[in-house]
Amino acid sequence: MTKDSDYISKRKFMEELGRYRKGSITRRHFLNVTGLGAATAVMGAAMPGLRPSPAFAGGNIGDRVVIATWPNYHDPSNFEAFTEATGAHVQVNVFGSNEEMLAKLQAGASGWDVYVPTNYTISTYVDEGLIEPLDTSKLSNYDASAFDARYAEAGSVDGTLYAVPKNWGSTGMAVNTAHNGGKPISSWKEFFDISRDKFSGRAMVHDYQLTTIGSALNYFGYSFNSVDEAELADAEKLLIDVKPHLFAITSDYQPSMRNGDAWLTICWSGDGKQLNTDMPEIHYVLGAEGGEIWSDYYAIPKNAPHKDAAYALINFLMDPTVNTKEVLAHGYPTADARTFALLPDDLKNDPILFPAQELLSPLEFGAAATLTDPNRAELMARFKSA
Amino acid sequence: MTQRTRNWLLLAPAGTWFLVMLIIPLSVVLIFSFGERAPAGGVVPAFTFEQYANLPARWTAFKNTMTLAPIGTLSALLIAYPLAYFLAVKVDPKWRTILLVLVIVPFWTSILIRSYAWIFLLGGRGIPALLEWFGIEGVRLINTPFAVLIGIIYGYLPLMVFPIYVSLDKLDKRLLEASSDLGAKPWRTFLQITLPLSIPGIATGCMLVFILLMGEYLIPAMLGGGKVFFVGNALVDLFLQSRNWAYGSAVAVTLVVVMLITVTIYMRLINRLGANRDDVSIM
Repeated sequence: MTKDSDYISKRKFMEELGRYRKGSITRRHFLNVTGLGAATAVMGAAMPGLRPSPAFAGGNIGDRVVIATWPNYHDPSNFEAFTEATGAHVQVNVFGSNEEMLAKLQAGASGWDVYVPTNYTISTYVDEGLIEPLDTSKLSNYDASAFDARYAEAGSVDGTLYAVPKNWGSTGMAVNTAHNGGKPISSWKEFFDISRDKFSGRAMVHDYQLTTIGSALNYFGYSFNSVDEAELADAEKLLIDVKPHLFAITSDYQPSMRNGDAWLTICWSGDGKQLNTDMPEIHYVLGAEGGEIWSDYYAIPKNAPHKDAAYALINFLMDPTVNTKEVLAHGYPTADARTFALLPDDLKNDPILFPAQELLSPLEFGAAATLTDPNRAELMARFKSA
Repeated sequence: MTQRTRNWLLLAPAGTWFLVMLIIPLSVVLIFSFGERAPAGGVVPAFTFEQYANLPARWTAFKNTMTLAPIGTLSALLIAYPLAYFLAVKVDPKWRTILLVLVIVPFWTSILIRSYAWIFLLGGRGIPALLEWFGIEGVRLINTPFAVLIGIIYGYLPLMVFPIYVSLDKLDKRLLEASSDLGAKPWRTFLQITLPLSIPGIATGCMLVFILLMGEYLIPAMLGGGKVFFVGNALVDLFLQSRNWAYGSAVAVTLVVVMLITVTIYMRLINRLGANRDDVSIM
C-alpha cells in the first residue's frame, strides 16, 4: 500500500459525501471508503453504550438466514436493515398452507432457520420433534408480559416455550362491492350462494384445507373445526358443487382481486386491510356464522442450519420499532402491547384490524386435530383434483 | 486391462447413476405404495392394496393428463412442422442460424417467469381486454383448460421444432428434384417424399413432448388456477399438502405404468410405420 492511499483527501471525502447524500452509494460503502466506519467501530468498542445490542454482538452469525413465511407478510425494508446490521441476507420462502410447511419439515432438511407456524400446528410440531425449544436469553426483545395471552399461549407446550407471537388475525372474506351494487356480503351462506350465481367465475377459495373446508362447514352452521364424517361429507358436496364456478383455488389471491379478474375471495384480515387501503370498493367482512381467529408465531425448526442467525432475526423482528413497521406493511394486528402503543391512532381504531368484540366472538381458533385429520386432508385433495 | 474390464469401468458411472437415482428411488416408491398413511402424515409399512383400490378418486387428474397431453403434443406438432419445414427447406441459409437462435431464446429464461407473463396476457387485462376493444365481450381465458393448453404448446414448441428440423435438414434435396422431374406436383412430393422421410424427427419430437407433458406440474398450476389438475399436481398435493405418501406412491406407480404402456404402443406403431418403408426407422 502506498502512503497516499492511507488517508482520504478532503476533496475525495466531500465527493463521497455528495454521492452518499444523492443515494448513489450505500451508507456502508460511504463509511468504508471514508474510514468513518472503522473510526466508529473503535469508538464503539471504547464506549460500551455504543456497542450493538446483544443479538448481534455474537459476532459472526453467517451470511444468510432462511425464513419460511406467508404471502404479503413482511416489510422488505426491515430485512434490508437486518442485513445491513448483521451481514446476513434474508432469504424468504413463501407458503400457502400450514400443511405444506409441515410436509416440508417432515420430509427432512427443509433448510429453513425461521418459520411462521399458526397456533393450532405447534403441538403437532412438538409431538413430531420438528421444533426447537426457544432460549429466551437469546431473545432480549421478547417480553412475555407484553403479549395478550390469548394470542401467545399456543407458543408454549407443556410449559416449554417453542414459539413467540408474530401477529394475530381473522379469516373472513373480501368482496369487490362494485360488482354487487355497492353492497358487501355478510355470511358464508351468501359467499357460496353468490359464487354459484351472480359471481360465477369470479370467486376464489384458499388452497388450504383449514379455511376452505372450515368456511364450507360454516355454510351449514357446523363448527369451523369439525372432523365429523357426516358434516365433512356435506362440506365436500358443497365444495364440489361450487368448484366449476370458482375463478381459482389459491392462497395468493391479491393479484387477481387487484386486477379485477376476481371479485370475491376467502381472505385473511391483513390482506383485506391491504386491499381495502388501495381499493376502497373492496370490503373485508367476517362471516356471520363464524370463521377463524388465529395467531401466527416465529419458531425455529429442529434442524435449522443457521441457528444463531435465526435467533438474531427473530429478536430483530421482536423489536417494537421494527415490529411497528411490519404491522404497517402487512396490516395484521399485533398482540404486543409495546408495538400497539407505537401504532398511529387510525390503525388502533381500524375495524378490519380490530373488529368489534361481537363480530369476533363467533370465531374459532383452529384445532390441532384438523391438521392431522386424514379425512380433511383427503377431502381437500379430492376437491382440488375433482 | 482387458477390453471387458475397460467396458465395465466405462459403464460404471452411468450404471451407478442409474442404480442410485432411478432403481433405488423407484423401489422405495413401489414399497411405499403398499403402505399406509401415518397418523400425522408420511408412511407406515404395511402390505395392503388399499391405496390402489382408492385410485378412482384421482380419475379426473388422469383424465385431464391423458387428454391434454396428447392434444398438446398434436397441436405442438401441427404448429412446429411448418416452422421446421420453413427453417430447413425454405429459408435463405444466411438467415437460418439467427432464426434458429430465436427459437431457442425463450429457453434462456425460466419457464416459471414465462408462465407469469402468460398469467398477465391471459388475465382480464390482457387478451380479453383487447378482444373487448374489438367488440368480443365476455371472453375468459386464464384458469381454463384452454389457458393450460396454450401454456403447454408455448413451453414445449422448441422441443418439437428441433428434431423435425434436423430430419428435414438432412433430407437429400435431390430426391425432391427427382420427384418433380418425374412429374409429381409439389403437394404429392411432400406427401410421398418429405413427410415420410421426416417421420423419425416427428416421432422423436412427439415422444419428447408427450413424456414430459405426462409429468407436467408447473403450467397447470400456474395457468389453471389450481382447478385444471394433472397427475403431477395430484402428486404434489398428496406429498406436500395431505402428506399421504402411501397413496401418493400408488398414484406415482400408476402413472409410470400408464406411461410405459402408452409409450410401448406408440413405439410399436412407429416401428410398424417404419417397417412398411424400409428406409425409415426411429431407432
